Amino acid sequence: MAKDTVTAPKYREFREIPVIVEGAMADSKPYVAKPAHQEGVGFPGELVDNWQEVAVKKLGELVSNSRALQVFLDTCVKCGACTDKCHYYIGTQDPNNMPVARQDLLRKVYRRHYTFAGKYFPKLVGALDFDEEVRDLWYSYFHQCSQCRRCSVFCPYGIDTAEISMAGREVLDSIGVGQKYCNEILGKVHKIGNNLGLPEPALVDTLEGLEEDLEDDTGHKIRVPVDEKGAEVLLITPSADFFAEPHIDGLMGYAKVFHQAGISWTLSSYASEAANFSMFIGSHDNLKRTAMRIREAALDLGVKRIVVGECGHAWRVAYSFWNTLIGPFDFLDKTYPSPSHICEVTYDLLQKGAIKLDKEANDHRIITFHDSCNVSRASRMGNMPGGQFIIPRALLKAAANNFYDMAPETIHENTFCCGGGGGLLTDELMDLRVKGALPRMEALAEVVEKYNVNTLVAICAICKTQFAKVLPYYEFPMDMINSLHQVVGDAIVLGGNH
Amino acid sequence: MTLSVLYAILFYVAAIVFIGGIARKIYIYAKTPAPLKIPTTPAPLTKPGVAWRIIKEITVFQSLFKSNKWIWIFGWLFHFGLLLVLLRHLRYFIEPTWFWIDLIQPFGKYGSIAMVVGLFGLWARRFLVDRVRYISSPSDHLMLLLLILIGVTGMLMTFVIPINIVAVKGFTMGLMTFDMQPLPSSTVLFIHLALIIVLMVVFPISKLLHAPGLFFAPTRNQRDNPREQRHVQGWSAEGQQQ
Repeated sequence: MAKDTVTAPKYREFREIPVIVEGAMADSKPYVAKPAHQEGVGFPGELVDNWQEVAVKKLGELVSNSRALQVFLDTCVKCGACTDKCHYYIGTQDPNNMPVARQDLLRKVYRRHYTFAGKYFPKLVGALDFDEEVRDLWYSYFHQCSQCRRCSVFCPYGIDTAEISMAGREVLDSIGVGQKYCNEILGKVHKIGNNLGLPEPALVDTLEGLEEDLEDDTGHKIRVPVDEKGAEVLLITPSADFFAEPHIDGLMGYAKVFHQAGISWTLSSYASEAANFSMFIGSHDNLKRTAMRIREAALDLGVKRIVVGECGHAWRVAYSFWNTLIGPFDFLDKTYPSPSHICEVTYDLLQKGAIKLDKEANDHRIITFHDSCNVSRASRMGNMPGGQFIIPRALLKAAANNFYDMAPETIHENTFCCGGGGGLLTDELMDLRVKGALPRMEALAEVVEKYNVNTLVAICAICKTQFAKVLPYYEFPMDMINSLHQVVGDAIVLGGNH
Repeated sequence: MTLSVLYAILFYVAAIVFIGGIARKIYIYAKTPAPLKIPTTPAPLTKPGVAWRIIKEITVFQSLFKSNKWIWIFGWLFHFGLLLVLLRHLRYFIEPTWFWIDLIQPFGKYGSIAMVVGLFGLWARRFLVDRVRYISSPSDHLMLLLLILIGVTGMLMTFVIPINIVAVKGFTMGLMTFDMQPLPSSTVLFIHLALIIVLMVVFPISKLLHAPGLFFAPTRNQRDNPREQRHVQGWSAEGQQQ
């Protein structure tokens, strides 16, 4: 959708819960994957003939293989606690964007085919056959969920809509109706090793250019190595860090930290991607296959540690799933948790005095921090619950004098999604993305007004890209969004140690 | 007497459906694998921590409290009231009654009021709040109606038209010892018991499964320790040595 047709919704004066507007977003749909995209990730190229049958069977399989689905599909009592918790509901007012209604799109079909009540009393319990209309609703509304898990924090039974939308997308993939954005990208990872499809020579070239920039900027020979066998650390970072703004400034920040701490490190051209979009489409075959490249690269390069760069869902996959999918990590150094987040590494070095930060270098910045959903609600940093909130803030406060948090109901585990997560970061969904950013932008506007905040820091490649696009719709400058390690990198005191 | 026999038979059937149905569901929940670690974080790192998290969910509805104070107050009134009422009803199944059951009898009466007030509050939301109206199915309304009728018929017998509770106890004790005793003749009692039979039968095939389900939600019952301890189950365990 072109920019001039998309407008940001108005800020709500008292944060009242918006009334429902049925069908408001019924036309929002991402592009459907072409046969080539589908086959690259192991799904049928186009809609299969007996799609109803295949879909229902697939749904049954998914449920019987996932305790989460099995329980979540039974336990919802329709209490309504989640109805005002989704940023897409708040921004669009479409009732199907209420978490419970989104779940019900799938629950109704499950009930119809797999429960006594739904088989014999479909009208009574609102059970539905999987027909063309329902299929369209699934495609539309399971691609209006960023799988941010905010609803799961507030549900009295812990029902996580992300699990449901992942399953919905997997069923759609299995009948040949995949989403182009995710499936095309996954194909590139399988083939080339990163979401961009950036081949090794181009990567090497880019990183050499980066080393030159770093030397020009700092006067220090700071390396950004790739495929160096025997390095201590393998850095797995989202490929956006290689070219996009402000991501690349974050990558330069990691390089400065490793340089100053004297830690040898390397990127891998084979595993040049932290992102794993397989999670968004619920496909565990692809999830495992994508992650496996990282184990292979780590073994091949003979590293002792694996560190993950700034990326939200990638950190969820790394922190929560890697040990399951590609572990055990018995070939790595036992002194460090595997994998480690770059923020944990920097924080640890700061505690030990191995790096020093000069706060005044960031005096031009008045900073606030956006907690990314997958980091906040699906992972951890450090050794205590909530470390994922404490550590990034501790780094920002150590690197700058001016830090202000946004309103408490919009940070930590209550954080609002940037509006572009879960495989929705594609241009044809711009209207949805702009509207979904509303609650975050409202909270940002508050600290901008109160404290003159001019810098929004994030530790997620999707958040950064999304904010760079969406901030202007809300009349903020697009370069307001910074990488955390950009702020750290600007404050780090180079030289002296070695 | 024929009506009493009919009720006795229905109670046996309902008990089998109720217990068997819930046991079956619990078995399914327990044996379905949780292949990945998906606790909603921040989550406890230890087993006692997880137990505490779930205790808070069951006793004070912690997540719901964070979420919506109206649903919380009505939901909690209903559930806590129901608990008191159920405890009060234990006197029909235990002879001689334990002293604390005697002790809580009056609280069970107040509980019935709390229960019905809570239910009406929850039902009102289904009409008054546009979002909740949108997500309500006929079954959601009927479930509330069923519970309200059970509560109201019970209260009628407690507060308005007393029945021969000694005879009722004779019937319930008889059910448990397979020694058929007649029910006292009371229309309100017959309605009350019939509705309870419906509730017992509906329980294992309805959203009332949220009661056992809560204990099995991986988002709430998993520990946050994926780096420290390798977790494999179901498909994630395939091809593994563990």
